[in-house]
Amino acid sequence: MARVKKTKKLGRSLAGNILIYGVLVLFGLFMLMPMIYAINSAFKPLDELFVFPPKFFVQNPTLDNFADLNTIMSQSWVPFSRYLFNTVFITAVGTAGCVVITSMAAFVLAKFKFPGSKIIFRIVTTALMFSGYVTQIPNYLIMAKLGWIDTYLAMIVPAFGMPLGLFLTKQYMENIPDALIEAARLDGANLWKVFWKIIMPNTRPAWLTVTILSVQALWNSKAIQYIHSEDLKTLPYALQQILGGGVSRTGVGSAVTVIMMIVPIVTFIMSQRSITETMASSGIKE
Amino acid sequence: MKSEKEKSGASKYFAQLKFDMKLTRKKMKESRGMYLFLLPFLLVFTAFYILPVVISIFYSFTYYNILESPRWIGLQNYINLFLADDVFLTAIKNTFLIAVITGPVGYLASFVFAWLINELPRTIRAIAVTVFYAPSISGQVYLIWGILFSGDSYGYINALLMDLGITDKAIKWLTDPDYMMPVLIIVILWMSLGTGFLAFIAGLQGIDKTQIEAGYVDGIKNRWQELWYIVLPSMKPMLLFGAVMAITQSFGVADVTMALAGFPSTDYAARTVVTHLYDYGTVRFDMGYASAIATVLFITMILCNKGVQKLLKGVGKGGNYRHGKSKED
Repeated sequence: MARVKKTKKLGRSLAGNILIYGVLVLFGLFMLMPMIYAINSAFKPLDELFVFPPKFFVQNPTLDNFADLNTIMSQSWVPFSRYLFNTVFITAVGTAGCVVITSMAAFVLAKFKFPGSKIIFRIVTTALMFSGYVTQIPNYLIMAKLGWIDTYLAMIVPAFGMPLGLFLTKQYMENIPDALIEAARLDGANLWKVFWKIIMPNTRPAWLTVTILSVQALWNSKAIQYIHSEDLKTLPYALQQILGGGVSRTGVGSAVTVIMMIVPIVTFIMSQRSITETMASSGIKE
Repeated sequence: MKSEKEKSGASKYFAQLKFDMKLTRKKMKESRGMYLFLLPFLLVFTAFYILPVVISIFYSFTYYNILESPRWIGLQNYINLFLADDVFLTAIKNTFLIAVITGPVGYLASFVFAWLINELPRTIRAIAVTVFYAPSISGQVYLIWGILFSGDSYGYINALLMDLGITDKAIKWLTDPDYMMPVLIIVILWMSLGTGFLAFIAGLQGIDKTQIEAGYVDGIKNRWQELWYIVLPSMKPMLLFGAVMAITQSFGVADVTMALAGFPSTDYAARTVVTHLYDYGTVRFDMGYASAIATVLFITMILCNKGVQKLLKGVGKGGNYRHGKSKED
């Protein structure tokens, strides 16, 4: 009872609520449409995929497309498991490195003042303002100079310097009380111990967020410009080749799309609360 | 006399400077540990984020095709870019059209949906966040729009329009220059609820409900006033962060246009600055020219970001409801 009264006082009305739900459901369906389509098509038998006029929903679901995908995979030049391994490998190593290295940098920038600390953070914030496309070509030249073309390093190492990761983690770490660190230092803990035993356990939401952002980026990474040998190519690349097979691969292509989108969406659902908590401190302070 | 005074002023200044430098050096020595912690990040960040920008700016003044060493040609790349390259001008026009529409609309949509979702009960809210955020993280699902907007009568949108009797002929959505851009903009908007959207959700959840109640006591009358005078001012840092994300995203459009409208697209109608850059950098290997394009893009992004940040600082001005005490008795 009391709650209803309160809501009213805050300028909420029934009509307004109905409108909000209406708008959200309508746009929600629009957002989900391609995913729903992909899932439906992935389970469509051949005759339903090419029926005219086209049907959106599947009538007689079948697993044929996934079986076909399996056949195509086993026929491919490089075993398909190789593409999968490459993607899982660069995603895992890149993300682990990204989390530890950006957290280390974020820790000292958030908690200590030393010559250069402010300017470094400002440069990182500026780096949020331009996208990777600007740096793509010189990056290729740098990779070539380092001799990293056609190696895992070219795909993994750049993830260690993710400016967004440093930015979010640093903003979050500022909320950790200094007293916690000082107490540990008085007990004789060195910087690394403070970082590993106190900061990391207390900033789980922050590094989970960085994990998600990094997994999303690396999982979808094609890195075609750095990698020429088929052995090192990634899953998204292989999937693109399958989709490039034309109309006859529509069903298989949909199966592939479904498999690709599961990983980022499931990881997001599992860590949504941590992400929201981190984002709460994400702001750019004036 | 005077000069002596000046001199002593100057020497004092230099003495101070020397002292400061000594102090800084001492501080730097003391914080050796900090630098060690920063080192791995700084090495990678410098090598793959800062150095590329510097290299790009340098090569933009040269002719460089990788095989021969770069040759200094001054501003020639820029002159060609703006005066002789019609396709680049199309690319600029398209990029700005996309940025001007998808940037602000995507940003506003991120905020409005975050605001509406924030009113929902907890479980439904979590589901709604996932639904609205999903397009921007689900990899290449946007390719599905290519099937939905397919140019023959098998395309779903065409089938629907023909069914309703709006057209009797299949529209070539992604190959006809007249329809390309609107379709691409719809798809880009569809994916535009990204990191900024999450920041808004978090910011809204962080607002203290009692502050809003106090605002109503102080004379706020409806949701709109509540939004402008209380909600927006208390989320300013997130608004700034979201703006950076939105601008960076809206200027960097390339994957979607290349995948859906083809590369090159019919009559270059869907060319953007980034696809132009990609063309010269990875197809024609004219690195100097590509670097000039990258530099123009870099400067545009930074300027837009700085401008919008200035603009956003005026949000929520003219009211004093935020701290719940607007009147002094």
